[in-house]
This record gives sequence, structure tokens and C-alpha cells, in this order.
Amino acid sequence: MADQVYFEDVEEGQELPEIRKDTTTQQLVMYAGASGDYYQIHYDLNFAKNNNLPDVILHGALKNAFLGQIVTNFIGEGGTLKKLNAQYRGMDVPGTPAYVKGVVKKKSVENGENIVECDIWLENSEGTHTTPGSATVSLPSRGG
Amino acid sequence: MTQESVITDEMRAAINVESEPLVNDVEAGAIKKFARAIGDTNPLFNDEEAARKSRYGGLIAPPTFLRSMNSGPAKVSVESPYPANLDGGSEWEYFEPVRPGDRITVTTYLSSIHERPGRLGNMLFMIRETKYVNQYDTVVAIQRTTGISYKPS
Repeated sequence: MADQVYFEDVEEGQELPEIRKDTTTQQLVMYAGASGDYYQIHYDLNFAKNNNLPDVILHGALKNAFLGQIVTNFIGEGGTLKKLNAQYRGMDVPGTPAYVKGVVKKKSVENGENIVECDIWLENSEGTHTTPGSATVSLPSRGG
Repeated sequence: MTQESVITDEMRAAINVESEPLVNDVEAGAIKKFARAIGDTNPLFNDEEAARKSRYGGLIAPPTFLRSMNSGPAKVSVESPYPANLDGGSEWEYFEPVRPGDRITVTTYLSSIHERPGRLGNMLFMIRETKYVNQYDTVVAIQRTTGISYKPS
């Protein structure tokens, strides 16, 4: 397991380690199978075009999974994910890189828990935040 | 041009009516397959040996794995008049990890419905809440989703 991040080490404004995602049409089919979401706009180009879409598009829930990944990577084994939000504002298409990014927004201690709130988002290669979101986590303390 | 409302009394009658429950079994293979599909190599979701040494004592599911689970059929079904659907987003609250061997009972209900004009014409928004309860009667997670439907021009 990777090194554990502790509450004391985290600062507001700190960036979460980003993840590059090169989503392929093959991955969309894998996600359809793994999630059971077989809506054709995610793998059938003609169907997508008949629905006014420019191409097949990424499942919103797959982008939600990407946002989950940056947070679970960041908090490590010792942290706990409490809330995860994702809004699908823009469409993402396969074949171009996208970047999962995040920043620590706020630290607080609530009911004895070390709470960290983060803004997270998926950014396309043009710099547009297609999928803004947020996460609330608790982190372990160095004091134990 | 004023758009006539497509929200009917039948649709409103479905609000807050919980679906039938459906039990979903969590398999280790399904967790690993899901982790592979989302491109997440976290050992907690992929590597039973490494996960056993973690504080969880074994594999756990990635946060959005619950998307692979279904609720039972609606008691009062609500159909959008529009054929095209988009997912607007999800809000998750997590309470307990999901592990292989868990039996998760899923129920869902429509919590609100509204419409407004958008870039694809009149858009109908349906907000649903889905509850995931494990075999110990513990709520492991709640997901609030926004479904958007519209008429392709």
C-alpha cells in the first residue's frame, strides 16, 4: 500500500495527485458490462447520433468512478470516504485524454473526526470542467 | 413559445413510493471486474492478499460499485414521455464498506420531478434516492441521482 496521508499533513488549497484517463470505446464496453448499464449511447455510434449526440459518450457513472478514484487514491487505506458528488455538465467522448483533478477545500474537526472537504473534477483536453464534483473524507491523525 | 407541462398527476403520484426491494449478492470477481473497467488499480479493490493485510481485512468495493446493483420493480411506475435519457449526476453518502459475500438489498423511490427548458429543448428532471442495505440491516450507502429526459429534435 502507498504511504498514508495524515490529517496534519493536509493543507487547504493543496492539490490532489491528478490522474490521466485515456478512455477508449473498449473501456466503455467493459464499463457497460461491469455496471450493467447497456444504454446504447455509450457504444452504438448510430444510436448516439440519432439522439443528437456528436459521438458515443462516456457514462456519467464512469466519470463518477474516476472522481471516486482520485479521492480513494488520496486518502489511502487509512482514510474513509463519507460523501461523493458528481454533476455531469458536459459530455466526454472516448479517444481524447481527460484529467481527474482535485483540491483540498476545507479542514475541520467534527465530532472528533478529522474531516477534509475536496473539490474534484474531470477536465477535458480543452481545459473544460465537464464533471465538477466534491468529496468529504475523514483522515487518520498522526497522534493515532 | 410556452411549453406545456409533461408532468402528469400519475407521475406525481409516484413520488415517495418506494420500489420493491431486490437482493444483490456481492462477488469478489464482480468487484475486480468493476475495478478493471474503471481503470482503478487500488489494491483494496483488486488484490486480495494486499487487502487482507489492510485495516479492512479483505477486498472492498470501489465507491461507485453499487451502480452495478438493481432495485426491485417500482410499485407505481413513472415513464417519461421523452425517449432520450441522460444521467445528470449522483450524490453519494457512505456509511459502511461493501465486501465480497455481502447481500445488499436495494430500494429506490422518486423524490421529486420538475422540468425546464435546456439546450436540448424542454428537459424533464427526475430525482431518485436509492438505498443500499446489507445483510446486517445496516445502510451502507445512499445514492441520489438526477435523471434527465428530452425529445430528440
